[in-house]
Amino acid sequence: MESVNPIERALRGIAITLVILFFMFPIFWIILMSFQTNETILRMPPSMVFTPTLENYMALITGKLETSAGILEIAFMKNLFNSFFLSTASVAIGLVLGVPAAYAFARLKFKGSEDIAFTLLSFRFAPPLLVLLPLTIYFQQLGLANTYGGLIWVYQLIVLPLILWIVRGYFEDIPADVEYAYRIAGHSWGATFRKIALPLAGPGIAAAALLAFIFAWNNFVFALVLASADKQPVTVGALAFVTASGIQYGQIAAGIVLSIAPTFALALYAQRYLVEGLSLGAVKG
Amino acid sequence: MSDATISAQRPRRFKVSRRMLPYLLSLPALLTCIGILVPFVTAIWYSLQRYRMSQPWNRGFNWGENYLNFMTDSAFWNTLKVSMTYAFSTVALELLLGLGIALLLQRRNRFNNFVSIMLLMPLMTAPALASLMWKLMTNPGFGILSYYASLIGLEDFRWASDPKTAMMTVVIVDIWVYTPFIMILLLAGLRSLPKQPFEAAALDGVPRLFVFWRITLPMLTPFLLTATLFRVIESIQQFDIIYAMTQGGPGDKLTVFQVEAYLNFFQSTNVGRSSALLMILWAITYFLSNIFIKNWLRLREKQRGDA
Repeated sequence: MESVNPIERALRGIAITLVILFFMFPIFWIILMSFQTNETILRMPPSMVFTPTLENYMALITGKLETSAGILEIAFMKNLFNSFFLSTASVAIGLVLGVPAAYAFARLKFKGSEDIAFTLLSFRFAPPLLVLLPLTIYFQQLGLANTYGGLIWVYQLIVLPLILWIVRGYFEDIPADVEYAYRIAGHSWGATFRKIALPLAGPGIAAAALLAFIFAWNNFVFALVLASADKQPVTVGALAFVTASGIQYGQIAAGIVLSIAPTFALALYAQRYLVEGLSLGAVKG
Repeated sequence: MSDATISAQRPRRFKVSRRMLPYLLSLPALLTCIGILVPFVTAIWYSLQRYRMSQPWNRGFNWGENYLNFMTDSAFWNTLKVSMTYAFSTVALELLLGLGIALLLQRRNRFNNFVSIMLLMPLMTAPALASLMWKLMTNPGFGILSYYASLIGLEDFRWASDPKTAMMTVVIVDIWVYTPFIMILLLAGLRSLPKQPFEAAALDGVPRLFVFWRITLPMLTPFLLTATLFRVIESIQQFDIIYAMTQGGPGDKLTVFQVEAYLNFFQSTNVGRSSALLMILWAITYFLSNIFIKNWLRLREKQRGDA
């Protein structure tokens, strides 16, 4: 099976290069663009040679964007904060609520458990707007429109099913005998859960939390529908950026780089969990 | 209290708490279910009404009229056509590319692992932001892709703003974001295949193309099927990429289900039509996801059996 054929090696090499080029180039280009002034960006033909500038990032951090029509105040840092806050809080709440529930689904078979699990799973694939549009009307009546609480609540719709299904699979993989042995030794249910089940399902919980965080961070439609400017995460905030006329292109690029950097860093830092979560999340559970 | 007295009481106490415990623990899941089902039922309700937010006096039940109207509504058929075109072209191309890349990276070594991690980056990018990145790259003024297009003789190539190439542009963005997902799935599948059939084929000197069609592909089918269904379900509902790129334009070229429903709801405030559209989309995804979930659970059982 060894491919020693030189032509095949060359073809493989070319294919891999093209793949890397297609998938990496946009990121590379946007990072380059974020360090350029409008003049060097608009230069034709485009060139990789330029004096890098931090102006774009400075403008974003101070919230004062230079446009052709003067200074525009856009609190991009606030968007970034919103993204952090909404994603972290959603995942934290999702874990506290979801991990014990996943355990209940995996271990303590009870009436209706499969129905609940199945409903959650089938709605994971339902169009989000189907649930969101009626919710906008309810939220206005309940006073939850444009609040962090309301948003975090809605984020549970993606975070909880994800955590439930991934972590449940891990709990099911723990041999029940290990837990029984601990129980027979006189430990309570709660202690068994904390001391045995939780550590053994640790990697699964980490994978689920990581994936849930990334999904929450990358979510666009929830906040687009339910939040106004001061509560919007970066995904929606960046869009407002592009539509506002006359903003310098380098600043848009810098905004995008700041918005994707956290998920990239997380993904690189915890790649093992990520790959596991992605393939399990889709294939296994 | 000594241990003996506790263990004497335990069975009964345990029974009571044991019956309640699962329900208590799964309460959040139950609440989420309710949180989903209430708006869902409301959406069905709305879809059966003549309901425009701009004309509250005119609101009332018209039962199936919103659905019946679709029959003769060319905008609806356009939505259906655009959604299907989008879903099938993205998924078909992503499968081909994903399978190709997975085969290229199949062997475990440092370089291949590094490349597969790098390829995850597009998947980590929020689809809405990915769309903005490509929007900058295809900007007629300075976009690098517009520049390259002009180099190969395509002067004034307008990508997403041209009705002729708008679909192609968003499909490319979708491919950029989601091919890595299929690649990861298929790579996991390829690496989990049993080695014996391949070794036997190599011993017998079976041609590699034959091995691919007759051994690799059939054994990979469950993974391919899972990936395909999963992506079709997601792709037919795509909103972020299209909305961030053109908001459904130019004209009605990209008004897929969710974009059309969003515009109906917020721009023409036609809640009834918007809800009916989403119900139809839901019916399609429900049908697909039922097949998917069954297939998925079977694969999951099988994986567990092998492990």
